[in-house]
Amino acid sequence: MSPSRDPSQARFVRVAETGRATVSLRVDARPVQAYEGDTVMVAILTTQGGLRDAEFGPERRAGFCVMGACQDCWVWTRTGQRLRACTTPVRAGMDIVTRLVRGDDDTAPMRATTGGEEALWPLA
Amino acid sequence: MAARVIVIGAGPAGVRAAEALVEAGVRPLVIDEGRRDGGQIYRRQPEGFRRTYAALYGTEAARAQRLHHRFDALRPHIDYRPETLVWNIREGVVHLANAQGASHAPFDALIVCTGATDRLMPVPGWQYAGTYSLGGAQVALKSQGCAVGERTVMLGTGPLLYLLAAQYVKAGVTPAAVLDTSPTRARLRALPQLLVKPAVLLKGAALLRTLRAAGVPIHRGVTPVRIDGDEELGVRGVHVRLADGTALDVPANAVAMGFHLRPETQIADLAGCAFAFDDAAGQWLPEIDEDGRSSVPGVYLAGDGARVRGADAAECAGRLAALAALRDAGVEPKHDDAARLRAELARFSRFAAGLRAAFPWPAHHARQLPDTTVVCRCEGITAGELRRVCTQDGAVEANRAKAFSRVGMGRCQGRFCAHAGAEVMAAALAVPLADVGRLRGQAPVKPLAVALDPAPYADVTVATQDNAASATPRSMELS
Repeated sequence: MSPSRDPSQARFVRVAETGRATVSLRVDARPVQAYEGDTVMVAILTTQGGLRDAEFGPERRAGFCVMGACQDCWVWTRTGQRLRACTTPVRAGMDIVTRLVRGDDDTAPMRATTGGEEALWPLA
Repeated sequence: MAARVIVIGAGPAGVRAAEALVEAGVRPLVIDEGRRDGGQIYRRQPEGFRRTYAALYGTEAARAQRLHHRFDALRPHIDYRPETLVWNIREGVVHLANAQGASHAPFDALIVCTGATDRLMPVPGWQYAGTYSLGGAQVALKSQGCAVGERTVMLGTGPLLYLLAAQYVKAGVTPAAVLDTSPTRARLRALPQLLVKPAVLLKGAALLRTLRAAGVPIHRGVTPVRIDGDEELGVRGVHVRLADGTALDVPANAVAMGFHLRPETQIADLAGCAFAFDDAAGQWLPEIDEDGRSSVPGVYLAGDGARVRGADAAECAGRLAALAALRDAGVEPKHDDAARLRAELARFSRFAAGLRAAFPWPAHHARQLPDTTVVCRCEGITAGELRRVCTQDGAVEANRAKAFSRVGMGRCQGRFCAHAGAEVMAAALAVPLADVGRLRGQAPVKPLAVALDPAPYADVTVATQDNAASATPRSMELS
């Protein structure tokens, strides 16, 4: 099986090195296939358009410098670990969260334990 | 030579510095953030990837291969710490962190080869998902075999603008447009200086031929107006004003932008090195002599992290700095080619000055940014807020403006906003750019895990070499 890619939503385009073994992970509770040797950033952005919600603005973010300098690509694991997506290799079984949890949003992949209107980091 | 020598960075400068040290019988500690050596320019693809050197590095394939092979041969003779961050330097001690934890390493000589990142100019809308630095768009391709979008606009100025566009053409993802802020006349004026490296000029001409053959629209002398986008879906297009004053909209789902490079100087700053304002570069740069000695005895700066002169110059500067470190420690290097390296570096400096003139930093764009433009991408702080703290709150200097506005206080620590922010401040205060000052380096230079366990805070002991004539340096000890 080749890695998942929805052309209408993916941001990155694979142009080489597509013959590698695949690994399975979850992104916002959705099963995703990636290649061994992918960074977390590539695993996510070849299947969707964003990596995270900006904390200080309304927009989605998808990284910027891709070399560990800007820190605009940090994502969370479901267990609360933070990963810099551009420098972290993908591993099978990763469970990544790219959405901030908002207390008033039942559709968010996770519910914050404290609720409320304020945007919160995923806690559980 | 009883010296503990540390090299920070394993790009062209760091590798050549390590090579010169090993030649003299010194076993350096080489610390690098990357998973593999090569730095950004000669970044090695992950193990198991199969593209050839020619496919990855084009005209620079032979240079990249030489450097990688040299480093592979050096590996038994150095203490190499990849994926390791130097997050602070205090009183002759380097502080390290990696996935295993934290440690520190005292040194007698430190050679700082920290490289460069893109110099950025805000454009309204650059916070939208799908906006990348030119360097980032190149790393995605080289290191991961990915383009950052199906239709990418290359926006900004500098040699990397054209190199990246040509690399995307060759990868089969033809850019939507190349939009260069520098006018054609700047390039003509810079020609005499650029002729000092005719081979590099010819490579530039070849890039242009590649772009023209692929039908990529190229516009020079553009004024970026905005990146159009959607909060959820990201970039939708780029709007610029052309040199003749007409407006141009280019539909796109990605933007790669950059305006030449800026050196990564935080480590030099934390080491206590003196800085001076460089009028030609319009930047504060650490002071170095022609061999790379900083103002701090025992601390040497080489490569694009000290002066942006490109990868070939970095190889010269790295070796030159290591030779200086050896001589300062009383060791006569076996192959002392310092005179040749200095002459070569002088030519690279002249060429770099030519590139700065050909692809000038468009300071006037920063000064004219609309108040609503986000200057600080980390925390979404606008040009208007930065102007307000200058004119209303009395922030007359960069660090004060940072404290009041938080521009430069976010996670990137000012790497991508400080240059434009200083221009915005200088215009608001009506003072020369140098008077705004520069943001002080702060430890940690990048985020550290809060859970980092300081308990096994073992000293890393850098090998000492008591006999410079010995060809087999003593191995490193962990205490």
